[in-house]
Amino acid sequence: MSDQLDPLRALDEAGERHLPDRVERHTPKPAGSSAIVETSHEVRVTTPATVCGMGHRMKRKEDPRFIQGRGTYVDDVKLPGMLYMDIVRSPYAHARITKIDASEALKVPGVLAVITGEDLKQAGNLHWMPTLMSDTQMVLPIEKVVYYAQEVCVVVATDRYAAADGVEKVVVEYDPLPVVVDPFEALKDETIVRDDKELKTNHIWHWEAGDREATEHVFRSAAKVVKQYMHIPRIHVASIETCGMVADFNKATGKLKIWMTSQAPHAHRTVFALVSGIPEHKIQIISPDIGGGFGGKVPVYPGYVCCVVASIVTGRPVKWIEDRSENLQADSFARDYHITAEMAADADGRITGLRVRTLADNGAADAAANPSKFPAGLYSICTGSYDMRAAHIAVDGVYTNKPPGGVAYRCSFRVTEAVHMIERMTDIMAHELGEDPAAFRLKNFIRPEQFPYRSPTGWEYDSGNYHAALKLAMEMIGYEELRREQAEKRTRGELMGIGISSFTEVVGAGPSRDYDILGIKMFDSAEIRIHPTGKAIARFGTKSQGQGHETTYAQIIAEELGIPAEHVEVEEGDTDTAPYGLGTYASRSTPTAGAAAAVAARKIRAKARTIAAYLLEVSEDDLEWSVDRWQVKGSPEQHKTIQDIAFAAYTNHPPGVEAGLEATDYYDPPNLTFPFGSYICVVDIDTGTGEVKIRRFVAVDDCGNIINPLVVEGQIHGGLTMGLAPALFEEIVYDENGQNLTGTFMDYLLPTAVETPKWEIGKTITPSPHHPIGAKGVGESPTVGAPPAIANAVVDALWHLGVRHIDIPITPQKVWKLLRDHGITE
Amino acid sequence: MSTHQITLTVNGASHSVQTEARTLLVHLIREQLNLTGTHIGCDTSSCGACTVIVNGRAIKSCTMFAVQADGATIETIEGLAGAGLHPLQEGFWEKHGLQCGYCTPGMIMSAKALLAQNPNPSEEEIRYGISGNLCRCTGYVKIVEAIQYAAAKLREQQTQEVPA
Ligand code: FES
Ligand code: FES
Repeated sequence: MSDQLDPLRALDEAGERHLPDRVERHTPKPAGSSAIVETSHEVRVTTPATVCGMGHRMKRKEDPRFIQGRGTYVDDVKLPGMLYMDIVRSPYAHARITKIDASEALKVPGVLAVITGEDLKQAGNLHWMPTLMSDTQMVLPIEKVVYYAQEVCVVVATDRYAAADGVEKVVVEYDPLPVVVDPFEALKDETIVRDDKELKTNHIWHWEAGDREATEHVFRSAAKVVKQYMHIPRIHVASIETCGMVADFNKATGKLKIWMTSQAPHAHRTVFALVSGIPEHKIQIISPDIGGGFGGKVPVYPGYVCCVVASIVTGRPVKWIEDRSENLQADSFARDYHITAEMAADADGRITGLRVRTLADNGAADAAANPSKFPAGLYSICTGSYDMRAAHIAVDGVYTNKPPGGVAYRCSFRVTEAVHMIERMTDIMAHELGEDPAAFRLKNFIRPEQFPYRSPTGWEYDSGNYHAALKLAMEMIGYEELRREQAEKRTRGELMGIGISSFTEVVGAGPSRDYDILGIKMFDSAEIRIHPTGKAIARFGTKSQGQGHETTYAQIIAEELGIPAEHVEVEEGDTDTAPYGLGTYASRSTPTAGAAAAVAARKIRAKARTIAAYLLEVSEDDLEWSVDRWQVKGSPEQHKTIQDIAFAAYTNHPPGVEAGLEATDYYDPPNLTFPFGSYICVVDIDTGTGEVKIRRFVAVDDCGNIINPLVVEGQIHGGLTMGLAPALFEEIVYDENGQNLTGTFMDYLLPTAVETPKWEIGKTITPSPHHPIGAKGVGESPTVGAPPAIANAVVDALWHLGVRHIDIPITPQKVWKLLRDHGITE
Repeated sequence: MSTHQITLTVNGASHSVQTEARTLLVHLIREQLNLTGTHIGCDTSSCGACTVIVNGRAIKSCTMFAVQADGATIETIEGLAGAGLHPLQEGFWEKHGLQCGYCTPGMIMSAKALLAQNPNPSEEEIRYGISGNLCRCTGYVKIVEAIQYAAAKLREQQTQEVPA
């Protein structure tokens, strides 16, 4: 941002152009139990290893194909007569297109077609498409491009080399326009990014949460107020597999079959049906093995739409696979929030209020992957783990000449931005008050007896025990000893820092009363069928991209029905066979589809009871469930196992009862789940180079009940590494012309095994009181929690020099500059 | 564009194929030999998803022309398992060294070349040994454990093969 600009003033000046205010409201959750949930340290296991229900460290069922190179990712799909598509992209961030000449390209051997925006328009106005936030986005432009690397036209050829040759030969003439890269500049409306819109402004929306007046009041009576501006920069999920598609439109059957890197295949099918006019039953989307998603495979990108059109136009299957540079330059970004936060405290050092103004740089469209009613996602969770009286949050969305997006980067809708802000502010406040950051947190945490806790912005936290998690982390890392070491090192001029982050996540979107995407409610689904021999197949509306659903869902069903997890085949991602669901992102799979698995299994167990009673010639009331069987109360030798019952369901079912043994559940969660944790990071800073070395990193996570400890550990390690990445390395950088300077893995730095520390993890278990198996979701907590722990550690090391804040990524250059400014190095 | 006839031995089988001079080895392996276990994750030789073993050395097959492999002996992930899983495959499964599986074949082939050179690597040596392979999912801790598992198992197998 421009240094001279006061972000608050710039936002207020834009206030006059506000679109109608959107104020976040949470519909109260239906009344439920409010008993205090106990915290434990042991994973609960109730089934024997032969059944392998919840809590077992089961080796993953999906792994044999991956370790033998026999997975099937989109690029592995090969159909007879398949063509390849490649994309011509804009070298300008903002320019009028004056001419597209494809004649030379069409002479390249193997090139069959070049498709432009004009062609899409002819085909039924397909040159624009809706975004997930009900904005619009170009598929291919006709008049102007609005970001660098924007798709301009596509070339279809017999192989990928010929398609690339064709791209080289397409001549596009541009008339460059002024570019607006800085969102604060964009607010001035001197250059309008979206002149296709009626309102000639870059200001998209204004949104508020919390209570403005109560917050003003708290700030007026505060003993201490701290204020900080921070930028959470643009980053990119960079899953190792890029995006891609194989589209196969069969003119004879009218069926469009698509293999697609999709985290939400059912929702994508509906979008394709609505946009293309092809009836939904004639579209089949298969999301095969996915090489990592992290939110980047939630949106529909122009390339997908073009690939479908290319197949319809040519009548042949067409494959499109992005290059890494296309992926980093044009696909949805994450973050890019400019935050000015103020925190108030009373004379006892208790946090009393939080006031936050935020400018959200949306790029050239509001294409964030958020629930419809939440333009800033779940950002209002930002009061975090602390009990305070009032909070007020205002966010403004703005267009700039950058790719659109606002996807998660392994987090639940904007929670990372919220957590980074509150954890930085808490640390700044503690330091300003001269209090130890750990003691300050313990003093200000929401207490265990306050759950379920209503936050000042309207959330109802389901369960938590923040003191237990932080105390365990302090014990694991030897906090007191580290503080002593730090004091001693400081006398010798050595720079060592200790950083804490005690975060609260909010995942599992979400209850249908508040959560939808394009109007589709955010339930998720499970369908279980038990075969006559007692084996099962289970299908889900979610889609694993590495999370291990084939194993963990099987374990949930094993837990509920006693069918060994080994005997449960889990299938996801084929819209022709799986029940409808909203997909996998925002850590929602376990809270929604995982719950659906348990509930569907319980429906089966209920029917199994009827069958068992019939077979044993007793009343249903005389039966009790034990692991894998219905047995007669008081005489367990009289029983029917689930396998006996399954066989009978097809061979000897009771009169008046339907044959078969299957159930479906569409689970609409009563509330979200609130995983939490406390992380402590120790850094040593090289006083010569400014390099930050993470010496230790302890992460204590509480994700409620654990389905598979092995998988949970893996999710935590991976999440921590994707928290480390933006803290120290990753940022998508643009120059003043809107050119992406970090478009390859040479410039956009992912941590390797060398930079990644040996993570040390611990756990507490505080189950969710409203979730059928007490689980909360875990894949993203560490990505959310890790960056502020690292940033706090670095600032902690430099605080005595007068350093109050450093924006992530904390590169050696930034630290070196500070060291130089403070006379530590030359 | 000139076309060449080349011969290569892949996972023990000899192939004689026609290829353009500009065809990358990874495309030949994936698209002409239909061995799709070797993946592509970047265009700057950064990610290692395409790693195969060429004449005993781990190579990023996106950075080598197929014609340069004329006469070479190549191992890919598909050739690793014999009667049972290779200790590295076993280690990755046992220790949860993979999540989405996309980096896994390249990671395993890099590890195989590392262990051939250094049968008893330290944790640090393992971390440097796989630093040309990016994994976005696992955080590497369990990959390191998987390679340690395989190293121990391979050493054990070796001592059994050479009785004292
Ligand atoms: S594909 Fe990334 S190094 Fe070869
Ligand atoms: S397991 Fe997904 S990239 Fe390594």
